[in-house]
Amino acid sequence: MRAVEYTRADTLDAAVALLQGDSSAAPLGGGTTLVDLMKCGVAHPSRLIDLTQMPGHDDVEAGESVLRIGALCRMSDVAEHPEVRRRWPAVSEALLRGASQQLRNMATIGGNLMQRTRCGYFRDPSFTECNKRDPGSGCAAMDGENRGHAVLGTSGSCIATNPGDLAVALTAFDAAVHILGPDGHRVLSIDEFFPLPGETPEREHPLGHAELITAVEVPVSAAAAHSCYLKVRDRVSYEFAAASAAVGLEVLADGTIADARVALGGVATKPWREPGVEAALIGRPASAAVFREAAALAAADAHPRRHNAYKVELARRTVERALLTVSG
Amino acid sequence: MPGSRVDEGAARADIELRVNGVGHDLSVEPRVTLLDALRERLGFWGTKKGCDQGQCGACTVHVDGRGVLACLMLAYQAAGHEVTTVEGLAGVDGTLHPVQSAFMKHDGFQCGYCTPGQIMSAVACIREGHAGSDADVREFMSGNICRCGAYPNIVAAVREAAQREAAQEEAAGRARR
Repeated sequence: MRAVEYTRADTLDAAVALLQGDSSAAPLGGGTTLVDLMKCGVAHPSRLIDLTQMPGHDDVEAGESVLRIGALCRMSDVAEHPEVRRRWPAVSEALLRGASQQLRNMATIGGNLMQRTRCGYFRDPSFTECNKRDPGSGCAAMDGENRGHAVLGTSGSCIATNPGDLAVALTAFDAAVHILGPDGHRVLSIDEFFPLPGETPEREHPLGHAELITAVEVPVSAAAAHSCYLKVRDRVSYEFAAASAAVGLEVLADGTIADARVALGGVATKPWREPGVEAALIGRPASAAVFREAAALAAADAHPRRHNAYKVELARRTVERALLTVSG
Repeated sequence: MPGSRVDEGAARADIELRVNGVGHDLSVEPRVTLLDALRERLGFWGTKKGCDQGQCGACTVHVDGRGVLACLMLAYQAAGHEVTTVEGLAGVDGTLHPVQSAFMKHDGFQCGYCTPGQIMSAVACIREGHAGSDADVREFMSGNICRCGAYPNIVAAVREAAQREAAQEEAAGRARR
């Protein structure tokens, strides 16, 4: 690991000012991505601005209309918050299925959204081709070991999978990301927060250098209250998703689906909402046949590579099983 | 230990690391991990370096009572917080922590290299109330890899230690009433 300076920020405003004053400084949350990538030789910040020692920004507020999660909350605390478990179970489950308890105790919610892809070519600088790490250098994953890579939202430049779990649940339930920067406060929808790679895969989010996430907000909804996060992977725990689904259903007393939310993880370059699947559910009876028919519409327009075609069918089955789980 | 080193050089500053209740003044670079500071500077060799990239759990310690990976935390991040290593679990008279005793009783290890990390995770797992079933123990300790495959014995040890602790708490509760 290269030498680095370290500064503790006392407030988020101070952190923004420190970042503004040093174009190669980086904000440090739990460090579970950044310290790792510094060791891999992928990240080389000159200075770390430690955000985690300041007071505040670590509250979970479950209000009447919205859940507000401070950016410095630890994953494990949010996962076990009784109101989150009760009213946004998919959010709690997505957090609990991510990483290990040690990592969840370290990682912050803001940092979780900022985590980088687990693409092995990105993480290993001995491979010279990686458009995400070194724009214009190519993509070794295209014809390489791409079993874990994305089939949705890919481009000719990059097929790296977004590794998040929480972000998938946030995408299903229309979360907003609150941001503080030199020009003040702004809010992005979770969809805007994760751009497609296109020709600029090095740009994984629209944050400026000195902008910081301050909080994440998730609206209250009946679908969120009747939701689940299903993560399918190579082993039962402590593994990234082969495919995952955050699903929520609002079902009326007569069995008609009034609202449906479906988002995929582990198969796309960003957390992947499935409006076509949702439209095929809304207004129809909540039955196994309807679930199967709707789930078959997931992962449309997939572009598999040599080793990851299995993800298309797996994603559909994951959605179907999640729908059965949440309605059961 | 081969392959393990603390980088020396450039910017130095003093921090105080509190480990097992005792403060230690340290001059280390900001890039030094808590794991390297514990092992190479302070002699807490109980904390093991396995993968050194946050995947195996051998370096698990507690910071402010919660399990964390010392290989992905900088020593500077831990300054001002209470660090507990496996050396801090036994009583001052050498009496083993109940989780340590349970690991011995159930043979919860073979080569022993992952064991300090397993034990630190087990103590946290029980304290956080996640040791109520075998499935819970497996889930909440999945970040600790054991290449010898002692998992069934580890689960048995954690479950027994948890049950013993719960029984003691109940007895203490009865005594208070």
